[in-house]
Amino acid sequence: MTTLLKEPKAKKLGLKERYAHLTRGLGWETTYQPMSKVFPFADYEGIKIHDWDAWEDPFRLTMDAYWKYQAEKERKLYAVIDSFAQNNGQMNITDARYINAIKIFLTGVSPLEYMAHRGYAQVGRHFVGAGPRVACQMQAIDELRHAQTQIHTISHYNKFFDGLHDSRHMHDRVWYLSVPKSFFDDAASAGPFEFLTAISFSFEYVLTNLLFVPFMSGAAFNGDMATVTFGFSAQSDESRHMTLGLEIIKFMLEQDEGNVPIVQKWIDKWFWRGYRLLTIVAMMMDYMLPKRVMSWAEAWEMYFEEAGGALFKDLARYGIREPKYADVARKEKGRLSHEAWCTFYNYTHAAAFHTWVPKEEELAWLSEKYPDTFDKLYRPRFEYWQKQQEAGKRFYNNSLPQLCTVCQVPMLFTEPDDPTKICFRRAEHKGETYHFCSDGCCDIFKDEPEKYIQSWLPVHQIFQGNCGGATIPDVLAWYHLNNGVDNLDYQGSPDQQLWDAWMKDRGKAGG
Amino acid sequence: MAVAAIGPYEFQPKDRLENFHGNQVVYLHWEDHLMFCAPVAFPLPPAMPFAAFHDQIVPAAYAQHPDFVSIDWTQAEWKLDGAPFTPDPAKGLKEQGIGHKSVLVLRTPGLTGINGSHA
Ligand SMILES: [Fe+2]
Ligand SMILES: [Fe+2]
Ligand SMILES: [Zn+2]
Repeated sequence: MTTLLKEPKAKKLGLKERYAHLTRGLGWETTYQPMSKVFPFADYEGIKIHDWDAWEDPFRLTMDAYWKYQAEKERKLYAVIDSFAQNNGQMNITDARYINAIKIFLTGVSPLEYMAHRGYAQVGRHFVGAGPRVACQMQAIDELRHAQTQIHTISHYNKFFDGLHDSRHMHDRVWYLSVPKSFFDDAASAGPFEFLTAISFSFEYVLTNLLFVPFMSGAAFNGDMATVTFGFSAQSDESRHMTLGLEIIKFMLEQDEGNVPIVQKWIDKWFWRGYRLLTIVAMMMDYMLPKRVMSWAEAWEMYFEEAGGALFKDLARYGIREPKYADVARKEKGRLSHEAWCTFYNYTHAAAFHTWVPKEEELAWLSEKYPDTFDKLYRPRFEYWQKQQEAGKRFYNNSLPQLCTVCQVPMLFTEPDDPTKICFRRAEHKGETYHFCSDGCCDIFKDEPEKYIQSWLPVHQIFQGNCGGATIPDVLAWYHLNNGVDNLDYQGSPDQQLWDAWMKDRGKAGG
Repeated sequence: MAVAAIGPYEFQPKDRLENFHGNQVVYLHWEDHLMFCAPVAFPLPPAMPFAAFHDQIVPAAYAQHPDFVSIDWTQAEWKLDGAPFTPDPAKGLKEQGIGHKSVLVLRTPGLTGINGSHA
C-alpha cells in the first residue's frame, strides 16, 4: 500500500485576522494614479479625515458571513409570504381602509429603499477608507433587498386592491410623491459625507423609529402579517445601518475640529427635511390605521424628544447641539397629522389612495389624544364634510395648492405660534421669488439656492405643460392613475365594494 | 452660500416666467378658512384685470365654502406679498404690482370659518 502524503495544511485564520483581510485588506495606497484622482469626491465637501484606519467597525461582519446570514432570513421571509398568499391573508386585515397605508408605503418608501441602494453603492465606491466602504457596500445590498422584499410582499395586495399597480412610475410623477423623491435626490446629489449624515445619521439613526415602528406595529395591529414579516427581516439590517450612522458622525467629529460646524449644518438641514417627510407618517398613524397603535404626538415624544434628547446630550461633548427648529416640531405635534390628512382629503381626486372622514369613535379617539387642538380646530371641518358627503356633495379642492420650494409639501403648515394662520416664508434669489413652508425650509434654500432653484415642483410643472395636459384627467393619465378607481373617497370605491362583499360572504359562511 | 460642488454649478431657475407660456403664477389664500388646506396657485395672464380675477378666479377657488355667500366685499381686506393692498378692479394684475409668484391674501372680517374654527 502506498501512503498518501498529506499536504501541509494551511493554518486557519483567526476571526480577527480574517476580518482584517476581508475588509481592510481591500484598500491600499494607489501608485499608478494619485489617490485624489481615484477618490475625487473625498475632499470637496470640506470634511478633513487624517486617519481612515481609526474607523471602528463594531459588527466585524465579513462578506461570506453576510451572505449566509441574509440567505437564511430570505428563506424564512418567503415561506411566510407564500403561506400568507395561500391562506388568503388579505382577508384577515382589520379593514380595507388599512391598505391605503400600504399604498403610500409602496409608492413613497419602497422606491427610496432602491435609491438608498444606489446611494450606498456610490458612497461605498468613493470613501477612501476600507472600513466605511465595506459597511456602505453591505448596506447597498441590504437596501436593494429591502426594495425587493417589499415589492414581493405587497404584490399580493395588488391582486385585490387598487393603486398598487405602478409604484415606480408614480414615484417619479405623482405630485405628493415628489416629497420623498426630492428628499432622496437632494441627499444623493450631495457628497459622500453629507449623504451619510442625511441618510445614515439623520434618517436611519435619529428618525427611523418614527417611520418603521409606526408602519410595522401598524401592520401587526391591523392583521397584516406579510408586512410585519418583511419588517422583522429588515430589522437586523437596520441595527447595522443605525450603527453606521452614529459611527460616521463620531468619526467626522473626532477627525478634525473644523468638521464640527459642517456636520452641525448638515444635521440641522437633514433633521428638518426628514421631519417634513414624516408628515405623511403622522397622518398615517392618526387617520389611516383602523386599529391605532399610538398617536403621532406620543410617538414624537417617545422617539424624538426622549430618545433624541439623550442622543444630542451625548453628542454635546463634540460641540454638537440639538437640531435647529426641533422646538418648531415640538409645537407642531398637536396639529401635523390633522393638517396633513385634511390636505389629502382636499386632493384625493388626484391621489393614488383613498381618504375618508373618520368614524364617530375615531373622532372621539382624536379628541382624546389631542385635547388642546382637535375639537377646537379640526373636528368642525370633519363634521361639515361628513354632512356634505351625506348630501351627495363630497368636498374636493378644485384648485392646485401652492408648494414649498424645498420640501415640496403643499403650504399646509401653520405658524409655529398660531395654528390658525398659514406659515408663509419667502426669499429672493437673482431677481426670482421663492416660497417656503417654514424657517427650516427657508434656511436650507438660503444656504444653497442654486440647488433648489431647480426644484421640480409638480404644480408648476403642470402649469408649464409638462405633465400630460392641462386637465386633471390628463394629468392622472400621465401619472398612470386609474381615474374613478384608484382615487376619490373610500366610500363607494371598488376597494370598499370588494371588502364589503368579502365580509358579507364571511358572515354567511359563519352562519 | 454657494453649493459645494466638484465643478461649476450654475443652473436656470425651473420656474422662471418664460416657462409658463405667457402666464404668470399667482397664489391666493383666504385667511381663517383652512377647510382649504393650503394657498392655491393659478397660471394667469399678467394683463388680466383684477375684476376678472375677483369675479372668476376667487369664486372658482372658494365658492364651495358656506361663508362665501356672506362675504361683504366692501369690508374685504387684501394683502399683496405681505403688505396691505387696495386692488384696482380695472387695472391688470401686473400693472398694479401683482407679479410672477406673488401671494394675494384675502381677509373677510367677521367670517371665521365653520363654527368659528378658522376652517
Ligand atoms: Fe432599508
Ligand atoms: Fe436602512
Ligand atoms: Zn417646506
